[in-house]
Amino acid sequence: MASNLQLNANGELRHLLSIEGLPREVLLRILDTAASFVGVTEREVKKVPLLRGKSVFNLFFEPSTRTRTTFEIAAKRLSADVINLNIAASSQTKGESLLDTVANLSAMQADLFVMRHASSGAPFLIAHHVKPHEHVINAGDGRHAHPTQGLLDLYTIRHYKKEFSNLTVAIVGDVLHSRVARSLIHGLTTLGAPEVRVIGPRTLLPTGVESLGVRSFLDMREGLKGCDVIVMLRLQSERMRGALLPSAQEFFKHYGLTPEKLALARPDAIVMHPGPMNRGVEIDSNVADGPHSVILPQVTFGIAVRMAVMSMIAES
Amino acid sequence: MIILPEAETLYARLAAELVSWVKPTSALIGIHTGGAWLAERLHAALGIGTELGTLDAAFYRDDYRQQGLAKEPKRSQVPFPVEGRDLLLVDDVLHTGRTVRAAMNELFDYGRPASISLAVLADRGGRELPICAQYCATRIELPAGKRLRLTRDAAGRLAFELEDGE
Repeated sequence: MASNLQLNANGELRHLLSIEGLPREVLLRILDTAASFVGVTEREVKKVPLLRGKSVFNLFFEPSTRTRTTFEIAAKRLSADVINLNIAASSQTKGESLLDTVANLSAMQADLFVMRHASSGAPFLIAHHVKPHEHVINAGDGRHAHPTQGLLDLYTIRHYKKEFSNLTVAIVGDVLHSRVARSLIHGLTTLGAPEVRVIGPRTLLPTGVESLGVRSFLDMREGLKGCDVIVMLRLQSERMRGALLPSAQEFFKHYGLTPEKLALARPDAIVMHPGPMNRGVEIDSNVADGPHSVILPQVTFGIAVRMAVMSMIAES
Repeated sequence: MIILPEAETLYARLAAELVSWVKPTSALIGIHTGGAWLAERLHAALGIGTELGTLDAAFYRDDYRQQGLAKEPKRSQVPFPVEGRDLLLVDDVLHTGRTVRAAMNELFDYGRPASISLAVLADRGGRELPICAQYCATRIELPAGKRLRLTRDAAGRLAFELEDGE
């Protein structure tokens, strides 16, 4: 279902809702296009006229700084007009339904909705109801998906490692609550990474995670052996209900990435984190700021990846 | 039956014509993909000191709304400051002039060149914009709906090919 909604009759991207269901060629085309935009972002004039006259509405029903900002920068570098909606202060709090909000914005001639919502599936609902010339990009829905983060992770891995076909990738920490992990796992398996591992305490690994084609490890030291790429996840305290963890200190002791644990991975391993980081909870400062860390390049690549997605979608 | 010109002969003619153009401030920019192949050869043949630049003006095209992005947009690389340079844009075929327009727009986002000239292997007419090539190895009449495309084989030899479609 997801795949039909995301692609038009010619197999081109129409909405970006989830990496799941996107064919390999579409993923590669997004990454290739992003590489061209990286060139643009390194110039003195960091703007191209592709989306001139188009209106991009940032609808963030859940707080976000980095993702909202990078979407805004990406849209502006494509010459689009960007409207940021402060949802907490908007009609939603007066009881307007999601579909009514979007219908009103549509009446204001919106072209592209970038949407983050705490409910899984909310962007799918919108994508079902928008007009043919309107497009939806999922900027994170509940625990379900965060496709542009997954794509920028894939871009970063490809940038440093070139090929996916011989990589061992470990995703560590709070996999249960992580839409980033889900998106990345789908992307890595579609692009042919032979070994994807998830590492975390049993309470933070989704049941049946192996069905996604990954190996799970409860022991971090065991799981990190021979890894080329380590993706640390943020401990999502705001999504935790009930006692899944004894304490943050306890978590750091077992699942925090320290220089000593990092030494178990391959010597040229890269360390990624989608941000925002909890230093001393999932990652040690010496690793976050160390030579293996590519956390800040991830942010920069994120702009080019979002430019690629928006320009490919707006054309379809 | 349309007889296509010999691309290698045209290349030699263009290279000879360009010898007098070269100055210390000269720099070459090839337009992907055919123009970039030509520019690569010209760059070596003319002994240009500045590194070679390449452009894919896909992000500046005026037909984006109708056609979308090119299937594989190449990365533009202009590895020198364009400010004050005499630039030579190189493309394989000059037709409507829209690609050149897009390329010039892109170049100005890198800076303000002293001048831009255009060199092409073949001018097939059909201009839709006030653009002309200062250096052009041949003119050719082609029926509308045909696309003249430069190809390069494994040995690096250039040849023209006629395809259906604009």
